[in-house]
Amino acid sequence: MTEQRFSPLRLLVAAIRPIDPILFGLLAVLLGYAFGLMHSASPERIASLLVNSGVAVAAMWLAARLSPQRLLSLALPLYAGGVLLLVAVDLFGETSKGATRWLDIGITRIQPSEIMKIAMPLMLAWYFQQREGHIRLREFVVAGALLAVPVGLILIQPDLGTSLLVAAAGFYVIFFAGLSWKLIVPVALVGIVGIGAIVGFGDQLCQPGVDWQVLREYQKHRVCTLLDPTQDPLGRGFHIIQSTIAIGSGGVLGKGWTEGTQTHLAFLPERHTDFIFSVLAEEFGLLGALVLLASYLLLLLRGFVIAAHAPSLATRLLAGSITMIFFTYAFVNMGMVSGILPVVGVPLPFISYGGTALVTLCLGVGILMSIQRSRVLAKA
Amino acid sequence: MTEFRTPDEELGRFRRRVLVAGIVALVCFGLLAARFYYLQVVRHEYFHTRAEDNRIGLVPIVPTRGAILDRNGVTLARNFAAYTLEITPSQVADLDETIDALSEIVTIDARDRRRFRKLLEESRNFESVPIRTRLDDAEVARFVARRYRFPGVEVQARLFRDYPQGEVASHVVGYIGRINLRDQERIEERGDTANYRGSDHIGKSGLELSYETELHGVTGVEQVEVNAGGRAVRVMSRTPATTGSDLELTLDIELQKVAEAAFGDRRGALVAIDPRTGGVLALASKPTFDPNLFVDGISIADWNELNDSPDHPLLNRAIFSAYPPGSTFKPFMALAALTTGKRSANQAIADPGYFSFAGRRFMDDKVGGHGTVDLHKSIVVSCNTYYYQLANDLGIEGIAGFMAPLGFGARTGIDIPGEAEGVLPSPAWKRGRFKKPEQQRWYGGETISVGIGQGYNAYTPLQLANALATIVNGGKVFRPHVVRHVVDTASGERRAIQPEPIRQLAIKPAHLAAVRDAMVDVNKSGTGARAFAGAPYSAGGKTGTAQVYSLKGSKYVAGRVRERLRDHSWFIAYAPAENPTIALAVLVENGGFGAQSAAPIARQVIDYHLLGARLDAPAGEDAGAADAEADSHAGHDEEATP
Repeated sequence: MTEQRFSPLRLLVAAIRPIDPILFGLLAVLLGYAFGLMHSASPERIASLLVNSGVAVAAMWLAARLSPQRLLSLALPLYAGGVLLLVAVDLFGETSKGATRWLDIGITRIQPSEIMKIAMPLMLAWYFQQREGHIRLREFVVAGALLAVPVGLILIQPDLGTSLLVAAAGFYVIFFAGLSWKLIVPVALVGIVGIGAIVGFGDQLCQPGVDWQVLREYQKHRVCTLLDPTQDPLGRGFHIIQSTIAIGSGGVLGKGWTEGTQTHLAFLPERHTDFIFSVLAEEFGLLGALVLLASYLLLLLRGFVIAAHAPSLATRLLAGSITMIFFTYAFVNMGMVSGILPVVGVPLPFISYGGTALVTLCLGVGILMSIQRSRVLAKA
Repeated sequence: MTEFRTPDEELGRFRRRVLVAGIVALVCFGLLAARFYYLQVVRHEYFHTRAEDNRIGLVPIVPTRGAILDRNGVTLARNFAAYTLEITPSQVADLDETIDALSEIVTIDARDRRRFRKLLEESRNFESVPIRTRLDDAEVARFVARRYRFPGVEVQARLFRDYPQGEVASHVVGYIGRINLRDQERIEERGDTANYRGSDHIGKSGLELSYETELHGVTGVEQVEVNAGGRAVRVMSRTPATTGSDLELTLDIELQKVAEAAFGDRRGALVAIDPRTGGVLALASKPTFDPNLFVDGISIADWNELNDSPDHPLLNRAIFSAYPPGSTFKPFMALAALTTGKRSANQAIADPGYFSFAGRRFMDDKVGGHGTVDLHKSIVVSCNTYYYQLANDLGIEGIAGFMAPLGFGARTGIDIPGEAEGVLPSPAWKRGRFKKPEQQRWYGGETISVGIGQGYNAYTPLQLANALATIVNGGKVFRPHVVRHVVDTASGERRAIQPEPIRQLAIKPAHLAAVRDAMVDVNKSGTGARAFAGAPYSAGGKTGTAQVYSLKGSKYVAGRVRERLRDHSWFIAYAPAENPTIALAVLVENGGFGAQSAAPIARQVIDYHLLGARLDAPAGEDAGAADAEADSHAGHDEEATP
């Protein structure tokens, strides 16, 4: 960068330099899916998807250009600002479909809970970085508290899906920071036993009138629908039944692009957002689904490699948890539409329509790229 | 829990945890891949079928109902297209609210709402139910512009049934109405459910009912791709519907009009048959009704008016009401006498004006009697005494045995539904009819009443007309029919309804001729002479009067008896006498003497049939009611002795 002469080519090279080709290649594959499927599921949204992905790639590029240190320095303000916005949502937010999630900031509506998906791991990674070398039980308790505040705020919106994702994002940082297995295993056991109990006693628990205390009525419905979709085939169960029909009828090779009957005859609900995977499985079959799974796996692999070689504790934690967030999104969404997990509003990462989620996820990719670049620079 | 570790140890632990996370991710993705394999390979067939079921809907194509035409091609029933506003109840949250909102756009009155409620109760929930029929173009336009506000409400172009003749011949043509639950059950019993998928109307009475299968046609089917909202998006294959066959009748609607008009406001029935074929030329029942009222579901007010009327306009008197035949029975009795050999044509009796039997006197209408009476004169002057004696000689078994083959007391089998059997009295009939042993016994005096067409005798105008047709065509008993051709509109193939002689009676032509000669003279010099005065053709006839009410000894004077208790007036006639092309029976309820009200109707109908023009009825039809009338009125003067 000693040469100061202006040259477009040089500018381009400088612009491209922060971008990790492997991550970007995988992102391109996923966005390719997004455009292809949107063309089939909801062609009128293509233009809007183009704008969203442009903004998202720009966000990625910006994050990738910044050094991890700069990114981490944003952790506290982002986190504090995010919590404040969440409080604002709970106080003044817009209500849609029975949940208060949106905040109208004049030019656009934003979903502050989405910000927390990135702010949370940033904050915790930054915090553990501050306490590096002194990470004891007390630090984990503080981290737990930092996690609990936004998760609680999102939960009362109510938005179970996002609160679980934010909780997961924070938990991954704590897990990678070295929380003892002695604490992880019992929690995991309780969770598994709990889910097992719900599945086992679903019939009794799903009787109308049974109050689940912790979960809202609609959340209870979602779990119950998963247990027996036929219970209410035209109501909530309709989504899962039609989605599994779409996937199953796709077969090995699929019905062909834009040939999905479930998709095009509007049997598939939410087909451009949460249920877009069913469109893929119907039109591109098992083959298309496995290619997608492989793309995600490669993305995870790249993320884990970046994490394993990250130069500092904070970047390690951050890279590890962001990678796990990608995994969580992908697994929960595909598990949900194929009927092995309850329907919680989790989009298919990089593919489901939704500007905020796409920008957030691409920011995550950008952060991974930034960390990867800092390792290269550190080596050099 | 967290001991001091070197940064390398920290990094090692971090990498082990990344490995654990990676393995968890791999396992989870493996789980997903297994799930996809299960759905897309193992259960692919099942889900493929489910998707196809989702996708493909079978939409019935309702065939166009056949038309009904008279013998000259005049339309009696046809279809016309109109728009209806229909609501699919299952797709509408609040019906009342929706109807209220709709009523701001198109006129929906209380009658429409009531009919909608009624149809709703009878319909299956997923069907659309009309709230308004026959929308005009402006209403259609107003609704279409606002249809987005009304999910589950649609404008449909539908074919409606129209009966352009209105009240004329409505008992023959009948009407269609919406399929109700009882029709549904009948369709299921017939195994015709598939053919009625999509049909919402069915024949309810008359030819519309009896020729339902022919008129309805065969429902076609369209395989369509439907979306989740149930809307057809694309047609995949199509089997067109087969239009219902047209019916061409033997009925002459102009003749029918003449007949119905001739009744005026009087109640009664007329059946005119072509004795050569059994084809029905006219079949009237008065009063009539407008079948158009029934097509879209009759309103409660209209229904009550029709159903509660003391005139019973819905009743098809021609085939369902049985009346004592009165003296119109005499020609048949005369034929019985000749055929059984109980009388010869020349054999005469002396009529003192009464007939004594078991200490009772059965009176003739003419005080002092008709003098010397042979068979010919007995018919021409309608002499009761002759038939009292004859009935006594024949015995009730003899009478019943001769009359049954003529079709008395049995359904003729006409192709209009709802025919009554009537009563041909006999000891066996009486045993079946009554419960108490003393009522079950047959008394000889009853035979004597039967001989002049009174007593237990009760026949429909159709039976009488058909029996008359039999004696004027040489003894052939036809199954009377209204439909001449069933025309397949697609192929143009015309299936003729063949004249169906049920049996040939073994009656000597000489005997038939004797009776017919007498009937011709009835119209020349006898009880029918007044009505047939000046006719340019020769016609046979016979008057009759059926008692409604027994006055128990007091003299019957028409003016003193309440109208509903007055006698029924009968006339049977055929023409031309030489080669009859029409045989008819006319009944006027409470019309008094047969010559007085029924015979002029017969004259008008025969005039129109033979001369092709409606002639004015002879003047003075009601004047001097009693003058030439020698009709039987035995019951009034009958004296019962203990």
